[in-house]
Amino acid sequence: MSMINYASREINCKLVYYGPGLGGKTTNLEHIYGKVAPNVRGKMISLATETERTLFFDFLPVDLGTIRGFKTRFHLYTVPGQVYYNASRKLILKGVDGIVFVADSQIERMEANVESMQNLYDNMAEYGYDLTKIPFVIEYNKRDLPNAAPIKDLQAALNPGWPIEDAAQQKVQPDATHPGENLVEKVGAEWVGRAPYYEAVAMRGDGVFDTLKAVSKLVLKTLS
Amino acid sequence: MAGAASWSFSEDDFKQIQQHLQAFLRDSNARCALLVDRTGQLVATVGETPTFDPTAFASLTAADFSANDQLAKMIGEPEFASLVHQGEKESMYLADVAKRVILVVLFDQRATLGLVKIKAKSVVENLNKVFEAMFNRVGAGPAQKKGLLEGAEDEIDKLFG
Repeated sequence: MSMINYASREINCKLVYYGPGLGGKTTNLEHIYGKVAPNVRGKMISLATETERTLFFDFLPVDLGTIRGFKTRFHLYTVPGQVYYNASRKLILKGVDGIVFVADSQIERMEANVESMQNLYDNMAEYGYDLTKIPFVIEYNKRDLPNAAPIKDLQAALNPGWPIEDAAQQKVQPDATHPGENLVEKVGAEWVGRAPYYEAVAMRGDGVFDTLKAVSKLVLKTLS
Repeated sequence: MAGAASWSFSEDDFKQIQQHLQAFLRDSNARCALLVDRTGQLVATVGETPTFDPTAFASLTAADFSANDQLAKMIGEPEFASLVHQGEKESMYLADVAKRVILVVLFDQRATLGLVKIKAKSVVENLNKVFEAMFNRVGAGPAQKKGLLEGAEDEIDKLFG
């Protein structure tokens, strides 16, 4: 739920980083916090357990620039990834404008990824939000690990595509970041759409800003 | 619904909100009043300038209120329309406004909880009216979000290099 304040000339948007536990959601925010100039970001708040597992959420506000005289202010949140924190996870999704799903590329975490993605769809549906219609980006994290699953397998499991029924949208949309791949295409007799994806090593910061830029751009485009 | 509905408010709305809150602070002796929307965005601050980071404060307030909302449901209440956090010197009173916004009142020993509660009741009624009118206007009138960035695709592209 973006909020436009004409008095202070600000556009405020909410982005949520979702995904399985220990997948790197907090690491994404920490990297952004470390790299962004202090004058364009606020304080990072982490509600975590003593062992640094996210208990409720992490929060980081950043200004991404000015458009048409309006400051674009993004509030970045992470959710607790652990399965049993679903009640608090759901609360964070309230009023979300854009979602980043941070998947753990390790083969052993495939099941946790799938479970978390299903949980995301379910929680969004409970609010009446449709994940296929709001800005949504997937980040495949930990690409540097030797046990990382191939992108093709991760895509098949987590981003298989959803049917595009609106005839106006049934046209091939190439994926600008992955030449030869499409975000919207015809598979067999059916048109399918997929979320854009990015490869990342959040510990080193690789791909973190690509993901953030992609989702923020999609959010701002929904206002244009 | 594809996602959550957006809302916007004009300078006139803002002035009205400020006037109501200023009157409330005068009557209750509270130090500061903040309005935070349920997603954690700070809408307005009136009274003494807070010494803490108001953005972080707003996000924690929304989380606090949402968590308490769920606790209310678990014990069979539809909601807790207001919450009190009482400290030795500084206290907070939180109240729901139009189901979308939270009024946060910060007060110290110069004010009493009873007075804050009574005065908050009437300011909440006034704010309810302002916000309901604002939400009803979404989709019509000048202060609507659609079109604000219309044709700004180039600018958006440039922003992200």
